[in-house]
Amino acid sequence: MGDKRPRSFYILALFFSAYVLFLYGPMIAIYILSFQGPDGGLTFPMNGVSLTWFGKVFSGGGIVDIGAAFKRSLALGLVVMVITVVLSVAAGMAFRKPFRGATMLFYTAIASLIMPSIITSLGIALEFRLIDDFVNKHGADVGLGWLADGYTTAMGLFSSGLGAHLTWTLPFGLLIMFAIFNRFDGRLEEAARDLGATPWQTFRHVVLPIILPSVVGIGLFGFTLSWDELARSSQAIGSVNTLPLELQGLTTTVTKPDIYALGTLTSAVSFVVIFAALSVILVLQARQRRQGSDAGKGML
Amino acid sequence: MAPAASGLRKIAVRSIAWLQAGPMMLVFALFFLLPLVLVVIVSVWDYNEYEMIPAFSFRGYTDTFEGCVANLPELCTILKTYLKTLKLCLLTWGLTLLIGFWVAYFLAFHVRSKTWQIVLSLLCTIPFWTSNVIRMIAWIPLLGRNGLVNQGLIGAGVVNKPVEWLLFSEFSVVLALVHLFTFFMVVPIFNSMIRIDKRLIEAAYDAGASGWQTLVNIIIPLAKPGIVIGSIFVITIVMGDFVTIGVMGGQQIASAGKIIESRLSALQFPAAAANAVILLGITVLIISALTRIVDVRKEL
Repeated sequence: MGDKRPRSFYILALFFSAYVLFLYGPMIAIYILSFQGPDGGLTFPMNGVSLTWFGKVFSGGGIVDIGAAFKRSLALGLVVMVITVVLSVAAGMAFRKPFRGATMLFYTAIASLIMPSIITSLGIALEFRLIDDFVNKHGADVGLGWLADGYTTAMGLFSSGLGAHLTWTLPFGLLIMFAIFNRFDGRLEEAARDLGATPWQTFRHVVLPIILPSVVGIGLFGFTLSWDELARSSQAIGSVNTLPLELQGLTTTVTKPDIYALGTLTSAVSFVVIFAALSVILVLQARQRRQGSDAGKGML
Repeated sequence: MAPAASGLRKIAVRSIAWLQAGPMMLVFALFFLLPLVLVVIVSVWDYNEYEMIPAFSFRGYTDTFEGCVANLPELCTILKTYLKTLKLCLLTWGLTLLIGFWVAYFLAFHVRSKTWQIVLSLLCTIPFWTSNVIRMIAWIPLLGRNGLVNQGLIGAGVVNKPVEWLLFSEFSVVLALVHLFTFFMVVPIFNSMIRIDKRLIEAAYDAGASGWQTLVNIIIPLAKPGIVIGSIFVITIVMGDFVTIGVMGGQQIASAGKIIESRLSALQFPAAAANAVILLGITVLIISALTRIVDVRKEL
């Protein structure tokens, strides 16, 4: 390895550094600017250093009800995370056996991943609009009279909004499951079966502990994709807004650094969640290494 | 007896697979496939100012292409918008491919230790933990009228008054899109490159090929699947994008996604659906042209 690096290495290393600078530069700028002094504006130079704008965000001073949007995004993200984990693991297990519709499901997931978000979003909005129209017009005829009274819409955070987010998170979950099971040693399950374990016991005590770190990864993807999701929520979320939608709305109206403070805060949440998940993954992997093999240790 | 028993077992295995994959199928059916079908159906419905009318009509399409024939050779709004979207898409695609290819090349061929590869890839992933809107508005303090770039240019005496086209222009839109999505190009290309057998490159070197010849005749052909997958991601995202173009274009630049969004906010569902079908058609055309170049299935 001691050989001299070619000139192209240095050129590309420089190029790579420029790319990293390009990635980070602007973001660091807004993290810094969110600590702008009370009289400062949206650009440099800074006019003192303060926490004024964070205070503004928390007190809701002037701009939208951030607290409510924050809680909504958090709740939706957690529900999306749980559903994504459960459905992805189940489907991942299914794909290890041949079953009719496997190819179809796979291509549907890929299509859902690369479909322009606005189209998915529009379709879901349309679907719920049609449901609403139906209930309003024919609700009484088909015995849904109780529903039609005072009914406005079936759209909401946990109906259309949840569906929209799942069309985005599930393909990622499924692809991660494929990656996991591509290098999963099936002999471990056979061994468990030979020892008389039921399918559920095999899953619970053999498969799950092995795939757990990656399953945490799926949860992490599920939550962060939902937390930052914007395009698919835009039409499909109903009357309330998630945090990214509020942020997008603010970009056209707010001319004060409180939007940067909000940006810094939402980034901070992402970072906390990701580091928590990563440390869980590391702990799980360490545990696996410790308990991975007890051959010859006489543990009963 | 034995064949019957194994037949039964097969059926049992299949039905378990179905139970496992079923929930995910259901989610995709309800929130992806059905909405898509509805978009196509509703695109040929009639509508008035406040509701859609379930009667066959091409109004959604004719309204969209209004004045296209009459005004020839002058381009009508919709064609202009699509040309603009294609132009932004092409620029973004070219730039993300150029940057993504060399970043991936550096990571795959010049970074020799696995640890460093992981560290540097993580370094590129971290910005994705911040919401897209924040990464967009992060450009404001840099590109704005009184932003750092203008301050720098004026300070250096290059210009004597602030450059106006830096922000809320096609330039800032493409810049933000490249900033947001280059990594979608890096990951698949890196994935293809890392699978290239290093001995091929040594063989080329031994056979007297120049660095450039190796690149063109070995690396690029073998990295093609990754290039195509990355291109599909970037192109579908940019073709359907309305958020980035909206925010970074200062709501001044029309795009295909933006048309759908504004039709929707006017509650003209059939017109929005017609536009979605057109957008979908163009996206599918581009993707099928791309997948014809390489067999992407082998890569997934």
